[in-house]
Amino acid sequence: MAKSIDVSDVNIYYGDFLAVEGVNMTIRAKSVTAFIGPSGCGKSTVLRSLNRMHEVIPGARVEGKIVVDGQDLYAPEVDPVAVRRQVGMVFQRPNPFPTMSIYENVISGLRLNSKRMNKSTADGVVEKSLRGANLWNEVKDRLNKPGAGLSGGQQQRLCIARAIAVQPDVLLMDEPCSALDPISTSAIEDLIHELKSDYTIVIVTHNMQQAARVSDETGFFNLKATGEPGRLVEFNPTKKMFSNPDESATEAYISGRFG
Amino acid sequence: MSDHDDLSGPDLATSSSGVPVDVLDGDIVGPRPGDTGGQGRLPRMAAALIGVGAVAVAGLLWLLGLGLLPAVLLGYVAFLVAFPVWSLAVENRRKATDRLVTVLVWTAFALAMIPLGSLIWTVVRRGAPAISVGFLTDDLSGRALIEGTGGIAMALAGTVLVTVIAAIIAIPIGVLTAVWLVEYGKGSRLATVITFLVDVMTGIPSIVAGLFAFAFFQVVLGAPLPRLAVGGGVALALLMIPTVVRAVEEMLKLVPDDLREASYALGVPKWRTIVKVVLPTAVAGIVTGVTLAIARVAGETAPLLLIVGTAYTTNWNPFDGAVSTLPTFIYGSLNRTGGQYGAAWTDAVWGAALVLIVIVMALNVVARVIGSVFAPKTK
Repeated sequence: MAKSIDVSDVNIYYGDFLAVEGVNMTIRAKSVTAFIGPSGCGKSTVLRSLNRMHEVIPGARVEGKIVVDGQDLYAPEVDPVAVRRQVGMVFQRPNPFPTMSIYENVISGLRLNSKRMNKSTADGVVEKSLRGANLWNEVKDRLNKPGAGLSGGQQQRLCIARAIAVQPDVLLMDEPCSALDPISTSAIEDLIHELKSDYTIVIVTHNMQQAARVSDETGFFNLKATGEPGRLVEFNPTKKMFSNPDESATEAYISGRFG
Repeated sequence: MSDHDDLSGPDLATSSSGVPVDVLDGDIVGPRPGDTGGQGRLPRMAAALIGVGAVAVAGLLWLLGLGLLPAVLLGYVAFLVAFPVWSLAVENRRKATDRLVTVLVWTAFALAMIPLGSLIWTVVRRGAPAISVGFLTDDLSGRALIEGTGGIAMALAGTVLVTVIAAIIAIPIGVLTAVWLVEYGKGSRLATVITFLVDVMTGIPSIVAGLFAFAFFQVVLGAPLPRLAVGGGVALALLMIPTVVRAVEEMLKLVPDDLREASYALGVPKWRTIVKVVLPTAVAGIVTGVTLAIARVAGETAPLLLIVGTAYTTNWNPFDGAVSTLPTFIYGSLNRTGGQYGAAWTDAVWGAALVLIVIVMALNVVARVIGSVFAPKTK
C-alpha cells in the first residue's frame, strides 16, 4: 500500500512567480518525512504539489517530475482527481464537513465519490478508520452527532480518519498540530508513529522538536534571500540532521541562530 | 496548578472587595449626599421618572392652550435635555453622553416604527371585517355575486400562479449563475462583467420589466395585446433573478475554502464538491434568500398591470387569458370605490391588502424557520 515518492528537478510557479526552485529528493515508503524551514520558504507549496492540491490556486503550475510508484503525477494523461485519491491530505486547521455527522464525515470520501456499499461494509470502514485515528473510543457512542461538535484535537483526528478511510498510499500533513494544544498534539504524534507502518507520511511542521520526535528523515527548506525562490537546502536522516548537519545554514536554523 | 490557585485566591478576594458595590435600589433618587466625584449612578427608574415629568410638561403646555404637536415636541425636548443633565450632575461626562446618544437612537427607532405600526394597524382594522370564508373562496363572477358575497379567490389563485411561474424561471437561473460566479468564474473578466450586469438589473424599474414581457409576448404570439400569466411570470422573474443571484452569491462566498480543499483532497471532483459539500453547507442561507426574493416579487403591481390584465373569474391556464393578482386587483378596484357599490369595493380593497401583507409576512417567517432548520448544527 505505502509507496515511495521521487521528486526530481521540480520548480513550482504561481503565475510568473517562481516560488520553489530545483527540488530533488526521495521520500521513502513507510516512513515519516518532515519538512522544516522558516515561513514562506515553500514547504507547504512542495507538500501541496505532491497531490496536485496547489492547482486549486489559479495560475499555479509545476515543472519537473514527481513520480509515485513509477507513475509521473504530472504526466498529461493523469487526472488530478485520481492523484488525490491516492495521496490523502490533512490540513492545518481541522475542517470536518459541518453538515455531516461524525459517521458521515469519516465515510465522506467514499460517499462523495458515490461508491456503493452496504451498511455493514460502511460500518466496518468507519470503525476501522476511527480506530486507526485513535478516536473510536471517544466517539463510538455518538457517531450520529455533528463532527463540528468535537474538540479541536478530536476534529483533527476525525480529519485523519476521513483521510485514511479512502485508503490512500501516501498521507500528507500540513502543520497538523499548529492549531492544537500540547495534549492533542501528543495524541496526533503518537498516531503518526502508528500510521507509519501502513502509510508513507510527509509532514510540514514549524516545531523542530516535533520534527525530531516523529520523523525518520527531514528536509530543510530556506530562501536564498528575500524575494528569491525557496529551495531544499538539505535532505538527510533526522538523526544526522539534528546532530551533525551537512550545511551550516541548517545548523544555524536548528540551533536557533538564524540569519 | 495548586500553587497558582493559592496565589490567585486572596488576590481575587481583595479585588472584589475593592470594587464599589452598585446601588440599584429604586428608592434612592437623585444625587446621594456627599457624592460629588462622578462616582454615582442614576437609579434604574430614572428614564421612567423623567419620562413621566416630560409627559406632565407636555400635558401642562397643552392645557395652557398650546397646540398638541408643539406641546409634544417641547415635552420631548425637555426629556432630551433633562436626562443627560441629570446624568452629568450625578454620574460623569462619559455616561451623560452615552445617555444622550441612547435617547437619540431610540428616537430614530421609534420614528422609523411609526409608519409601519400605523400601516399595519390601519390595514388590520379596516381589512379584518372584510375577511370571511366567502371572501377567500368566491370570485367576482356574476354567479358568485348573486349567490354569495363575492371575493378575491381569482386574485389569490393568480398571485400563486404568477409567483410560482416566476420562481420556476428565476431560481434555477439565479442559483446556477451564482454558482458559476463563485466557483468557476472567480476573478475572470466575464465574471466581472456579469456581476456588473446583475447590479444593473437590480436597478431596473419594475415597469420596464413589464414592458419587456409585454413586447416579448407581442412578438412571440403575434397578438396586439397579450394577456397571459406566463407573461407576468417572466416579468417578475426578471426582477427576481438579480436578487437571487446576489443572495446566493453572498452565501456561497461564506463557505470556507477549507471545506472545498478537504473535499478535493479526498479525490472528489469539483462538480461533486459543489453539489455535495458547498451547496448543502450554504443551503440555509440560499433558501432564506430565495424565499425573501419570492416575497419581494409577490407584491409587485406595475409590471403585471401591463401583461396579465384583470379578470373577475379564476383562470388557472397560464398560457391564455387574463388573470387577476392581489396587487392588480387592489389597483383595479380603487377606481370603483366611489360608485353605487363603493363601500363594498372599499372593503374588498382593504381585505385584499390585508391578505397580501399576511402572505408576504408568512413567506418571511417561513424563510426564517427554514434558515434555522437547515443551519449546520454543532450539538
